[in-house]
Amino acid sequence: MKDRSAIGFVGLVMVALLVMFSDGINLPFAAALADQEVAAETVLETTYPPAPQLTESDYPRIGGLNGRVVVWLVAQLHLWFAALVLAVPIFVLIIEAIGMKTRDKRYDDMAYEFIRVSITAYSLTAILGGLLIFSLAIFYPDLLQYLVSIFNETMLYYALLFFAESATLYLYYYGWQWLQGGNKKWVHLTLGLLLNAVGTTLMFLANAWLTFMMSPAGVDVAGAFSGDVELAIHNYLWNPINLHRFVANIAFGGSIVGAYAAYKFLSASNAQEKAHYDWMGYTANLIAILALLPLPFAGYYLTAEIYAYSQQMGITLMGGVFAWLFIIQAVLIGTLFLSANYYLWCGMGRSEGAIRYNGYVKYLAIVLIGAFLVWFTPHTLVLTNQELNALGGPYHKYLGPLGIMPAKNTAVNIMIIFTFLSFLYYRRANKIATVSWTSVGNAAQVALFSAGIFNIFFLGIYHGYFTSTVYKIASSIPQVMTTLIIIVTSIVIDAFMYRGAREVAPLRWGRIPARAQYALFLLAVSFTWLMGLMGYIRSGIRQHWHVVNIMRDASPDAYTPTMGYAANIVSIGVVLFISMVMFVFWLSQIAARKTAPVGYWKSGPS
Amino acid sequence: MRTFLKVSVFALIVIALFAGFANFGVPRIEPALPPVEEVVDVGAMTMEDFTALGKRIFDGKGTCTLCHTAMGGRAPVLDDLSTVTSERLKDPRYQGEASDVESYLYESLVAPSAYVVAGFGKAGSSDSISPMPDVRGGGIGFSEAETLAVIAYLQDASGLDVTVTIPTEAEGGIEEESEEEAREPFEDPEEIVEEFVCGACHKIGEEEGEMGPDLTQIGSIRNKEYLRRSILDPDADIAEGFEPEMMPTDYGEQMYAGELEMLVDYLAASKQGDQP
Repeated sequence: MKDRSAIGFVGLVMVALLVMFSDGINLPFAAALADQEVAAETVLETTYPPAPQLTESDYPRIGGLNGRVVVWLVAQLHLWFAALVLAVPIFVLIIEAIGMKTRDKRYDDMAYEFIRVSITAYSLTAILGGLLIFSLAIFYPDLLQYLVSIFNETMLYYALLFFAESATLYLYYYGWQWLQGGNKKWVHLTLGLLLNAVGTTLMFLANAWLTFMMSPAGVDVAGAFSGDVELAIHNYLWNPINLHRFVANIAFGGSIVGAYAAYKFLSASNAQEKAHYDWMGYTANLIAILALLPLPFAGYYLTAEIYAYSQQMGITLMGGVFAWLFIIQAVLIGTLFLSANYYLWCGMGRSEGAIRYNGYVKYLAIVLIGAFLVWFTPHTLVLTNQELNALGGPYHKYLGPLGIMPAKNTAVNIMIIFTFLSFLYYRRANKIATVSWTSVGNAAQVALFSAGIFNIFFLGIYHGYFTSTVYKIASSIPQVMTTLIIIVTSIVIDAFMYRGAREVAPLRWGRIPARAQYALFLLAVSFTWLMGLMGYIRSGIRQHWHVVNIMRDASPDAYTPTMGYAANIVSIGVVLFISMVMFVFWLSQIAARKTAPVGYWKSGPS
Repeated sequence: MRTFLKVSVFALIVIALFAGFANFGVPRIEPALPPVEEVVDVGAMTMEDFTALGKRIFDGKGTCTLCHTAMGGRAPVLDDLSTVTSERLKDPRYQGEASDVESYLYESLVAPSAYVVAGFGKAGSSDSISPMPDVRGGGIGFSEAETLAVIAYLQDASGLDVTVTIPTEAEGGIEEESEEEAREPFEDPEEIVEEFVCGACHKIGEEEGEMGPDLTQIGSIRNKEYLRRSILDPDADIAEGFEPEMMPTDYGEQMYAGELEMLVDYLAASKQGDQP
């Protein structure tokens, strides 16, 4: 109930602020009250002013607060929670549907527990969203007013959709036990679908505002709005960001609920609880990995589109001061892959049948670490003249060639393939295939992996080092296709080969070392830090523009901060987020506790 | 409570490690400050000053020379404007309203698609859409006075009479971006190569320019003195098979001394077997 009143209040505040900031520019609310025809004509005839040219005095200073840091932290915290509450219902819906299909209630119970985690996070998302609007209104009033003048209608729809999201989420959550069995379950599943549709639309709308700031459309060179809001929404980078965020949110959401399961596992007091939360943690890790595998490709697509939109922005992103942030990103993604794989390898201890595959784990680890090191190798080193002379140039004689993109593309594809191989071993841990063509199937998979890996290396080495620049970049697409073909074909072969497979040893849920749970925490913290870092880069490539090439940032903080400073702000944000998440986890602990206060209550009528 | 504490400490350690790596594991680079805008009083200018200002804008803020140069072939060279203007205004493909050189140039700057020179249109547009942006917006952002100053320069450069009227101060001043004052030195040779667009003409790094000599192994055949002279005074020595007067002569003014030496060292170190 408390959650709902908080969200209702935040929703009202959002609407009030939108009305306040849209006053005098375009009044869809007033138009709705007036005669429809007249209002339509008024809207058509509305001329919009150019984007304001700001000076330093246009940015209010409140106490000793740094407006950029406040907005940065609040926006990032809102984004983390929003990503979580948008992602969780996606896989909850899928798990619920699996439970419905298999009639295995464990899936239904797990899905319910996942959504319970996000329900508390939902109110925090709403509160932080309201705080973000307040922060923008206080520290960047002209920017907010300009954006409202263009997107005011969509912002109103956003506020309305926010109420719809709240309504469907509460119906979905509170109606879970009520809408069970038969047609009721179908109604519940439909509610889940509706919840996801509304949530995804909300995200797409918010994405339109931020991508407009990166690649403005529907405005003239001075920033005067043409009146075509569809054009402003469907700006150049809107869909690439939509796709990237959709996939990344699922991976992030999986990692956070994985941390929840790990926390509950470590706090569990009996074997049954441990088994339940072990299974939950495994499922969450699987979700995170499944979304993590296509994420680099979504990232390549986004980067390619940034280059296509503006060569200058692309160079700022990959070749300028932000280039070194991608080395930090490589460390974080390497951590993600290694912790996810480590968790899988620990999980193989659940069944004695996995002993057959234990010997392979060290080779998987060597390949993954090798690929990570290639990804981590920088292209050029910042050196003094003496160091430059000593090294004989800016590139190391042997390691230099590993710094260019073809080497990194090869490394990331190998990492993905070997992570998939880890999963394949895990999947086979307690089973033996019984079909007659097992040896042929295994040989086909070995051939598939071998040929695919050879092809990825060939494409990376030949096109990367022996052809012109055009092919260096273009070769990444057939590399990605090879990886996808390996994964999809292998899954198909495995699915048929292990149909009716014999269990060699039972899978004992709960039999997993505590350190594996810390791998899940590592996954969650790394993902959170990574999202914070990439959020900074995405926003930072606008440089000294609020809206690129349209509305200049004239505040004293318009400069690009150093990487160390940015990393410290991101770290503070992660500490705040993890603290809030831990609070949510703790709430779930105390919600299950009951105290019987002996002699406290007077005895009532029986 | 114990689990809570252990997990919290673990998370803090992981965060501290990432922050530590970002602070100390990668080079510390101070990004350049945003360009500073200075207001220039055009009202007090002579036509000569105004034309000179137009040249500075043409070469600098406007980034016009990135494309309008004989080397790049990305946009028409802006000489002999008198002849080409009269030809273009009579061309059936012309869609503008200009009547003379000044109005044609103005139109070309603010509505470049009014006439697209054959072969210079956007890919797939059959020369109906110009790749050039409206100079009043985007990253260029000319004011009215800046647009007129560029027209004055182009007229003067073609040997024509300058017909534009210098705007009064009330009509809008000029904000010259003085990036040089705020620019931090580039810290690695590749950044220098990239910023000074060496790869547009030379084969260097991953760039495949063909207008100038291949620099990928230049250190094998040229010493530092030669390389330094070639940057500061490009026409002092012309490599066989290449034309003189192709390379800009003002790199000595644009580059800091430290950058020049870093670039010379970098080129001298680019020898056979290396991959700069």
